[in-house]
Amino acid sequence: MENEKHHIVPYRIYAIILLLLLLLTFLSIAITNIELGAFTVAGALLLASIKSSLVLVYFMHLKFDKAYIQIMVGLVILLFIAVVLVTFFDYYFR
Amino acid sequence: MQTSSKIPTDVSYLEYKGKHKGLKAWIFSTDHKRIGLLYLYSMMTLFLVGVVLGLAMKFELIAPGKTIMEAKDYNAVFTVHGVIMIFMIVIPGLPAVFGNFMLPIMIGAKDVAFPKLNLLSWWVYIAGAFLVITSVLFGDGSPDTGWTFYAPYSFKTGANMLPAIFGAFVLGFSSILTGLNFIVTMHRMRAPGMTWTKMPLFPWSLYGTAWIQLLATPIVGITLVLVALERIFGIGVFDPALGGDPILYQHLFWIYSHPAVYVMILPAMGAISEIIPTFSQKHIFGYKVLVVSTLAIAFVGYFVWGHHMFTSGMSGTAQYTFSILTFLVAIPSAIKVFNWISTMYKGSINVQTPFYWAASFIFVFLIGGLSGLVVGALATNVYLHDTAFVVGHFHFIVFGGVGFSFFAAIHYWFPKMFGRMYDTTWANIGWLIFTIGFLALYSPMFYLGMQGMPRRYYDYMEEFHAANILSTLGSWVMTLGLIIVIINLFRSAKNGPIAEANPWNGKTLEWTVPSPPPLENFDEIPEYKEHDGPYEYQ
Amino acid sequence: MSQVIHHDEHYDPEGSKIGMWLFIFTELLLFGGLFIVYSVYRYMNPDAFHLAAEELNTTVGALNTVILLISSMTIAMSTTALQKKQKATTIVLLEITFMLALIFLVNKYFEWGVKFDHGIFPGSEFMKAEMSQGEVLFFGLYFVMTGLHALHIIAGLVIMGFALARVQKGTVHADRPSLLENAGLYWHLVDLIWIFLFPLFYLIT
Repeated sequence: MENEKHHIVPYRIYAIILLLLLLLTFLSIAITNIELGAFTVAGALLLASIKSSLVLVYFMHLKFDKAYIQIMVGLVILLFIAVVLVTFFDYYFR
Repeated sequence: MQTSSKIPTDVSYLEYKGKHKGLKAWIFSTDHKRIGLLYLYSMMTLFLVGVVLGLAMKFELIAPGKTIMEAKDYNAVFTVHGVIMIFMIVIPGLPAVFGNFMLPIMIGAKDVAFPKLNLLSWWVYIAGAFLVITSVLFGDGSPDTGWTFYAPYSFKTGANMLPAIFGAFVLGFSSILTGLNFIVTMHRMRAPGMTWTKMPLFPWSLYGTAWIQLLATPIVGITLVLVALERIFGIGVFDPALGGDPILYQHLFWIYSHPAVYVMILPAMGAISEIIPTFSQKHIFGYKVLVVSTLAIAFVGYFVWGHHMFTSGMSGTAQYTFSILTFLVAIPSAIKVFNWISTMYKGSINVQTPFYWAASFIFVFLIGGLSGLVVGALATNVYLHDTAFVVGHFHFIVFGGVGFSFFAAIHYWFPKMFGRMYDTTWANIGWLIFTIGFLALYSPMFYLGMQGMPRRYYDYMEEFHAANILSTLGSWVMTLGLIIVIINLFRSAKNGPIAEANPWNGKTLEWTVPSPPPLENFDEIPEYKEHDGPYEYQ
Repeated sequence: MSQVIHHDEHYDPEGSKIGMWLFIFTELLLFGGLFIVYSVYRYMNPDAFHLAAEELNTTVGALNTVILLISSMTIAMSTTALQKKQKATTIVLLEITFMLALIFLVNKYFEWGVKFDHGIFPGSEFMKAEMSQGEVLFFGLYFVMTGLHALHIIAGLVIMGFALARVQKGTVHADRPSLLENAGLYWHLVDLIWIFLFPLFYLIT
C-alpha cells in the first residue's frame, strides 16, 4: 500500500477556521441575550452544528479524505439524529 | 517484513513454536486463528455454566411450589444465566470464534488489521467475564434484576450489582474492539481482485454486525455507567423519586440491546449462507440480495427497539410506530430464508452433519421469526408480554438461531480448524437428540404463555404442570445431545482421522489452504481474476 | 508479542485512520446516549433547566471554549508542520496544545470547586432539599457530561504525550505520521463534544 501523497493543509487555513469558530462562539453567546422563545434551542444547535462541521471538514481533514470516509461520517451522524427523533416519538406524544 | 522469511509455511498454526511455550503461546498469541480458539474454549466453559443454570431453572419448574430453590435464588439464577448467555456467549459468539478464525482466510489476508488489538479484545473479554463472576461469588447476594438491569430496581436492590454492571460494560468494550478490527480488515485487506461484490457472505454478515457493535454498544455502555453512578451517588437520572424517568432507561437499554439481537443473528445467517451453497454444490441464489438484506437488517434493526416496551407506558404513537418498523425488519429476514431454500432447489445436495444443522437452523429460525411477529404486533404483544411465550420466542431465535448455526459452523469448519475429521455417526446422533430435546424444551412455552403463565417466577399454578414437565424433560434430552456433540468434537480434535484440505468441495478461499492452515494462512496472497468468485460451482 | 511480530511491521496509514474514525464514532455515540438523556429531560423540565443554568458561569465556559478551539488549531497545525518536516515547530505546537489542555482542566477544577462549595454536587442533600427535580437532573447531567468530557481530555493528554515522545525520538515523522494524526483526530473529537456541551449547559438562561 504505497500511500497516496498527503494533502498538506497550509497554516493559514487553520488560522482562518479558528477565527470563524471564535466568531461563531461569540455570536452564540450574544444571541442568548435576545429573547427568541422556542427558537433559542434551535439557534444554539444551528450555530453548534456549523461550528462542528468546520471542525470536521477542516481540522479533521474530511475535506481531503476519500469519499467513503466522508460517507461513513455522514451516515453515523444521520443515524444518531434518527435515533433521537424516534425516541421523541414517545416523549413528544406522551 | 524482516521476519517473513523465517516463518515456515509447512508448519500449521497449531504446531508452530514461537517465543512462548505452552499456555503462554496461546494467551499471548496475536495469531487470529489462535485467538479464535481462545474464544472458543473460554466461551465453551462459560456456556456450560449457563447450561447448568438453565437446567437448574427447568428443574425448579418441574413442579409447582418450591422444588430446589427459593424465589430469591431463582431470580439470581435467571439473571446470571441471562447475563452469561447474552453478553458472553451469543453476542460475541460467531464473530469472535469463527469471525476471528475465518474472516482473514476467507478474504485472503494473513491476519486481521490490528492483531495486538485483537488479542487485547480477548483479554478484555476475560476481564469482563471475571467481573461478572465476582458479583456472584462475593458481596450481598447475586444480581437479581434480570439481564436487562431495569431501573429503578437495578440501583435499589441490595444485591451486588456494581461488578455485574461494570462487567457488562467491559464486555461491550471487547465487542467494540472486535468490530472495529473487522471493519478495517475488510476495507483494507481483501485479496487483490476481491471487490466488495465478490466477498463471501460470512464476511459480509460480519461487516454488518461490526457496524452494529460499533454504533450501538456505546449507548448501553453509557447507560450502564449512569446506572452505576445512580447507585453510587444518586444523580437522579433514572430515579422517579428525583424526577428521572425509568422508561428512558428502557429506551437506552433497548437502543443497544435490540440491535444486539442482530449482532447475534447476522453472523449466524452468514454462516448458513456459506454452508447451504457448499452442500448444495450450487451458486448461492441471489448473492446481491443477500448482501443488501444483511445491511437492511442491520439498519432497520436499529429502529425497532421500542417493541420491547409496549407495556411500559410509552406513548401510543411510539407504540404503533415501533410495531410497524418491527414488521419491516421481517422482510429482509424472510428474503434470506427464501434464498437459502432456492439455493437448495435443483442442487446436488450432500447430506452431511453441517447440512443437518443448517437445515434445522432454518426450521427453528422460522418458528422463532414467526412467533416474533406475534409478539411484535402491538395488540397481541399486550396480551403476551412477559409471559412464557416471549421466553419461548427468544430462545428459538437466540438459542435456536445462534446455537444451531454455531454447531453448523463448527461441524463445517472443524476439519479446517483442527486438521482432523469428527465421527459423523455420533455427530448426527448428537444433532438428532439435541434437536428433539430443543423442540420439547421450548415449544411448550408458547402454549404456556398463551395460557397466561408469566415468565420469571419460580412457581406456577397447577394447570400449567403438564406442559412444564414436558419442557423440563426436553431440557434433559437436549443436554444429553449437547454432551454427545461436545465430547465427539473434543475427542476428534485430538484423535480423529486426518482431514483433507477441502472435504466438502467448498469454493471459498479457506478451502484452498492446508488443514489446519499454516501460521500465515497463504504462501502467496491469492488473487481473484475477472470470473472468479466465492461460489463458482459447475 | 509472541510469534507474529512482522505483522505489526505492516504499516497502513489509511487503515489506522479508519480505525481511529471508527473509534471516534463509538465515542460520539457514547456522548450521544447522554445527549438523548439531556434532550429528554430538558424537554420535560424546560423552566427548571433555565433556572439551573443561571448557576453556571458563562465567562468561565466561554473561556474554556476559546482554549479548546485554539488547542484544536495548534494540534492541526502540528500535523502540517510534521508533513513539512519542521520537527521543532511540530514539537512546540504540540507542547502548546498540551499546556492549553492543562489550563482547561485547571479551569474546570475551579469551576467544579465553586459548585461543591455551594453544596451542588451529585447526591448532595442540599440539592434534594432546596431544588426542584428538574434542577437536580440538570446538575446530575452537568457533572456526568462535563466529567466524562474531562476524562476524555485526560485521555487526550496521554495520547498527546505519546505522540510528543515519538516525534522527539523521530519514530513519528513525515512518512509515518499516523500516531500524531490520530492524536489530532482524537483531540478534535474532544473539541467537537465541547462545542455542543457549551451552549447546552451554559447558554440556556
